[in-house]
Amino acid sequence: MNISFWELLSLDFMQRALLAAVFTGLAAPAVGTYLVQRRLSLMGDGIGHVAVTGVALGLITHTSPTWTAVVVATLGAVAIEVVRAKGHTNGDVALALMFYGGLAGGVLITGLGGQSTSLLQTYLFGSITTISPGDVWVTVALAAVVLAVCLGLSPQLFAVAHDPEYAQVAGLRVQAYNLAVAVLAAVSVTVAMRTVGLLLVSALMVVPVATAQQVSRSFRATLVAAMALGIGASVGGLLLAAYASFSANVAPGPTIVLLSLGGFVAAWPLGAWLRSRQRLRAPFAPGEPAAHEVAGHGEGHDHVHGEDCGHLAVEHGDHVDYVHEGHRHAPHGEHYDEH
Amino acid sequence: MHPPVSPVQLSGGTVAIGGRPILRGIDLTVTAGEFVALMGANGSGKTTLVRTITGLLPLTSGELRLFGTPLASYDEWSRIGFVPQRPGASSGVPTSVWEVVASGRLTRRRLLRPLSKADRAAIDHALEVVGLADRRHDGVTSLSGGQQQRVLIARALAGEPELYVLDEPTAGVDLPSQQALAEALGRLKAGGATVVLVAHELGPLAPLVDRAVVLRDGRVVHDGSPLADHEVHDPSFGESHSHHHHANESAPSARHDHAPHLDSPVDRT
Repeated sequence: MNISFWELLSLDFMQRALLAAVFTGLAAPAVGTYLVQRRLSLMGDGIGHVAVTGVALGLITHTSPTWTAVVVATLGAVAIEVVRAKGHTNGDVALALMFYGGLAGGVLITGLGGQSTSLLQTYLFGSITTISPGDVWVTVALAAVVLAVCLGLSPQLFAVAHDPEYAQVAGLRVQAYNLAVAVLAAVSVTVAMRTVGLLLVSALMVVPVATAQQVSRSFRATLVAAMALGIGASVGGLLLAAYASFSANVAPGPTIVLLSLGGFVAAWPLGAWLRSRQRLRAPFAPGEPAAHEVAGHGEGHDHVHGEDCGHLAVEHGDHVDYVHEGHRHAPHGEHYDEH
Repeated sequence: MHPPVSPVQLSGGTVAIGGRPILRGIDLTVTAGEFVALMGANGSGKTTLVRTITGLLPLTSGELRLFGTPLASYDEWSRIGFVPQRPGASSGVPTSVWEVVASGRLTRRRLLRPLSKADRAAIDHALEVVGLADRRHDGVTSLSGGQQQRVLIARALAGEPELYVLDEPTAGVDLPSQQALAEALGRLKAGGATVVLVAHELGPLAPLVDRAVVLRDGRVVHDGSPLADHEVHDPSFGESHSHHHHANESAPSARHDHAPHLDSPVDRT
């Protein structure tokens, strides 16, 4: 190849790919946050498998695979939601049924239509650089709808996912909102289909959220950070793959997912450290010990605790206990008490 | 102002879960401004009763009126503040105290409108009443059990309802938090709110209770003046298992728990 990296970026197909990456990176984690909140992280995967059948139907009927995928994925998502709502604890079984049925149906139908599976493969693992101008605008429009609903109805969707019974007593139509999330998930799966592919789509919905919640303490911060991480991963992954394509055959879909996972691996130790720090600094329950016990058993305590003494200071009622070697020392006049 | 209509009127209420009758022939009228404690042993139907009152469980027979309106046509949900039992499992995404309390304001917010000044003031006030204003930005899971229970009360409070329905607010809550809880409920009562709460034991809430309704095996066995905790578990109410074991007590598990298990996909509530 004789063109530079910057010339590559200015090509039409690359610009379309970037546009699709931006919108996919924003929309998928937005829906994903609600799925993770409801502990349905794998729902995106289940819908992705169902959408395979939709794509295959589009391929053999020579209609747009995007639209058939939207329809079939939406039906699958509604089916998962209905079985989950009616079947109480057996939502995972419903997901499993969709996984296998969707994938098997898709491969079977593609074969029946005499199509080679290599065409299906561009939908399974994404082929963002072959996206047509028409598909770009469909992707952008669907992603914009998903974003508008996810952000506009966020107070309601948050309340329904956080505590469905409370939301129902507050007069919210819980089932309608749950169905809405299922449909949004189906739409964003098909939006992300061309970018990362149906088999990897769930990663873009879940991994940025998992990364964001390592450091966030609120739902809103998680949502915003997940969207930022999502766009970073999808655009960054695409650019990385484009840059690497000068020397090797690098597929953008897996690059995006691996970059996203790399973010999680980087954030996880930070999250673990923050959590253990918070646990150590949690205030002790108020109340003095029954007996007055002086630290050091009369031999004195030659170390003076203070702001910078290096020992962990934890709130305990109206004072501070210094924690070291399994003891809690509270200043008391000239000595320290065991608390 | 609304005329002082009874917030809850349940007559002949019967509730079955998965075909099993749980509540039978319950008559319960709560008048405005009353502080009612629903008491009884585990499995006596207390929680089923509050879930019925809040419309979460359908009546098999009988009639429920909320603020004078039959349940089927009732839509003024902002007048009811529900405080469920503290969820055991946390949500999958970190959530701040403020966010949980703010969701209590949804009964008064229209779709797609940002929080108004009045909304923010009500949320701040609710956090102050339960004494958690300084923890508003902390994650809910970093709080103690009693503090989490107070967050749920603040959520109901933020909607400024007239009727509070609380399911076991003191269960598994340490004594200092129970006292903070009693203080918050005392302020609600002083403000003229109607309170219906489920309690296994009243503890620090005892001075607030105007009326006790004791359930046994899905029926009302006492309705009137508040009882001391030991009286609720009196053998004359037929409870075979309580905190007071007697030497001559026969098999303590003779009475089965009536809570149904909804595991199978064919079960319907």
